[in-house]
Amino acid sequence: MWNYSETVMDHYRNPRNAGSIENADAIGEAGSLSCGDMLKLYLKVDKNGIITDAKFQTFGCGSAVASSSIMTEMIIGKHIDEARKLTNKQIAEALGGLPPEKMHCSVMGHEALEAAIANYYHEDVKTNADEEIICKCFDISKSFLENEIKTNNLKTVDEVTNYTKAGGACGKCRGRIQEILDSVNNNFQEAPKLTKTQMIIKINNIIEKYISPELRKDGGDIELIDVDENEIKVKLTGRCQSCSRSNLTLTHFVEAMLKEHINENIKIIQV
Amino acid sequence: MTDKKLIYLDNNATTKVDEKVLEVMLPYFSQYYGNPSSIYEFGGKNQRAIKEARETIKDFFGARSAKEIFFTASGSESANMAIRGILNADKSKNHLITTKVEHACVLNLYKQLEKEGYNVTYIGVNSDGELNTDELYAAVNEKTALVSCMYANNETGIIFPVEEIAQKVKSINKDTKVYVDAVQAAGKIKLDVQNTDIDMMGISGHKFHAPKGIGSLYVKSSVLLSPLVIGGHQENGKRAGTENVPFIIGLAKAAQLAQDALPYEATKVKELRDKLENGILSKIYNARLNSSAYNRVPNTTNIGFEYIEGELILLNLDDIGICASSGSACTSGSLDPSHVLKAMGVPFTALHGSIRFSLSRYTTEDEINYTIEKMPEVVNKLTALSPFQKELKELKERKGIA
Repeated sequence: MWNYSETVMDHYRNPRNAGSIENADAIGEAGSLSCGDMLKLYLKVDKNGIITDAKFQTFGCGSAVASSSIMTEMIIGKHIDEARKLTNKQIAEALGGLPPEKMHCSVMGHEALEAAIANYYHEDVKTNADEEIICKCFDISKSFLENEIKTNNLKTVDEVTNYTKAGGACGKCRGRIQEILDSVNNNFQEAPKLTKTQMIIKINNIIEKYISPELRKDGGDIELIDVDENEIKVKLTGRCQSCSRSNLTLTHFVEAMLKEHINENIKIIQV
Repeated sequence: MTDKKLIYLDNNATTKVDEKVLEVMLPYFSQYYGNPSSIYEFGGKNQRAIKEARETIKDFFGARSAKEIFFTASGSESANMAIRGILNADKSKNHLITTKVEHACVLNLYKQLEKEGYNVTYIGVNSDGELNTDELYAAVNEKTALVSCMYANNETGIIFPVEEIAQKVKSINKDTKVYVDAVQAAGKIKLDVQNTDIDMMGISGHKFHAPKGIGSLYVKSSVLLSPLVIGGHQENGKRAGTENVPFIIGLAKAAQLAQDALPYEATKVKELRDKLENGILSKIYNARLNSSAYNRVPNTTNIGFEYIEGELILLNLDDIGICASSGSACTSGSLDPSHVLKAMGVPFTALHGSIRFSLSRYTTEDEINYTIEKMPEVVNKLTALSPFQKELKELKERKGIA
C-alpha cells in the first residue's frame, strides 16, 4: 500500500483537465504502453505565447495521473517559456510529495511538457535512435540519465531507478548506472588530473573489465605499452595481430571505450 | 466517516480467520500455556493436543502417517525447509528444475541456489498458463536433485498436474525428489499425497482461514531431510523451537473446516467466480480473460483490462470498498510486471492492467453482484483517461460493439 498524500489521492480521484484538445497548438508524449505508463499532453497557446488550456491523457498508476493532472493546473495561464522552467521536483512538491519509488511519475510529466513545448517551437524532438541505450527494458538513454542525475542530484542506483525507472526491471544495467553516477558526480567536482601511474592503473582496469573479454572471444588480446598524457600506446596480441580489421577494432572499440571512461581526447596509437 | 463497505476479493493474498478457528485457539494463550515438552500434566496435555492436530493435518494432506507432518511458520518456510533440507542431505547432484511461474518464495530461493553453484532449469507455460510438461521431462537427467512445481498458481489459479509430474520424473530418475508448493491449492481442492510419487508438499494456514504465521510441510517417510533450524528435539528434530501451540491448534481446526467445505468450494464458490468472470467479460469490451484453462482452482480469476493500468483500477476499486490485486508493476514497486503473466505471454496491452479476483467461502452473491455492477463504471472512467483512444475504438469495433 502506497502512502499517498491527500493531494495525490484527490487528483487521481478527480483528475483535472483530463481529455484531449482538438486543434491543439502543441502535443507532447512521454512513456509507452509496454513500459507501463504513458502520458499525452495537449496545449492551447494564444498569440502572446500564453498557455490558455492544457489537457492530458494518462495510462499509468495513481501518481502518474496525479502528476499529469496537477501539472496541467500549474501551466495553464503561464507563458510557454515560463512553463518550460517547471521541474519534476516542483510537480512532486505541489502534490505534497510522492513515494520515492514513484518519483519517475513526476519525471514523466515533465518529459511530456518538454516534448510539447519542443513541438510548439517546431524543435527537433530528441529521439533515442542514435543514443546509447542504458536500460533496455524501459528504453532509457545515457544522456537522459545523466540529465536526471544532475537535476535531481541523485546519488545511488536506487534513486536513479525511482526517478527514471532505469534498472527497475531485469536489473542488468545497474552496473552501468553506477558508472554513469560515478562519472557524472565526479565530473561535477572537476575530477583532479590523474598522475601517470594512476592513469596506467585506470586504463589497465578498463582493459581488463571491458576490452580484453571481448577481444578474447575472438582469440586475441591487447597489451598496454605506454601512456603519454592522452596518447595511449597499445599492442594487439594473439589473433588480433594478424586481423585485417584490427584498425577498426582499435578506433571503434578500444578508443571509444577509453574515451567513454576517461576523457574525450584519448588517442590510441598501435605500436 | 461512515463505515466503508468491504468486499474482500483477495483471498489468494490472505483470508479472514474463521471465528471457529479463533475460538479453539484462545484458551491456549493464557489458560493452557504449558510447554508441550514439560513432564507435568499442564504441559503434557498440550503435547496431546498437538498430536491430535498432527493427525488432522495428516488427513488434510491425505498422508499415510502423522510422522510425515511438520509444523512451520509459513509457506515460505515450508519451501525452504524442503528444498534446502533435500540439498543439504545429499550433495551429490547439482541440477534443479522448477517453473517460471512459481511463487517468489520458491523462485527467489532458486535464484539464490544458482549463486551457490546449482544449475537450474526454469520451465515455461503456454498462453493459458499451463505448464510445458514435456519440456520438464526432457530436462530431467541423472544429476537432477529436485523438481519443484506448484500445485496451483497464485495469480491465475491454474492447477498443474503434480501427481503425473512426480510419477514421470521418478520414471526418468528415481532418485530425483519432488517438492510441491500447495499453498494455493490447500482448502480449494482436495490434497491426497499418499498414493503419489510426491516427496514433499508445503501449505500455509492463512490462505484457508487460519491465522498468519503457521504452515505445514509434508515429507514422505522415506525421504531424508536435513534440518534448517537446529536446537531442541521438537518436530522430530527437524525443526527446533518450542511449538506454537495455539496456532497449531488453529491450523488443524481451519484444515478440518476447509476439508468439510471443499464441496461448497467446488460448487458455490466456483459458481460465484464464474458469474463474476462472465459478468465482467460481457459488460466490458476491453476486458480479456488471462487464462481460460478449464483446470483452475474454483475461486480465482485473472482478467486483463486493455489500455488501462492496474494500480489505478485497484485504487478506484478501493474507493468503493472492493479489495483485489494486480500483477501490475506499479503496485509492487518493482517496476516489472507479473512474471507469471509475462511467462504466459499476456499481450503488453493488458499486462499492466491485469486484476486478480479471488473469492472464498465467505463471498456472497450480493458482493459479486455489486462488483459486476461497479466494474464497468470504474473501467469506463479510466478508459476515458487513456491516451490510447484510437486503439480502444478499434478494439470496440473488432468486438462488434458499435
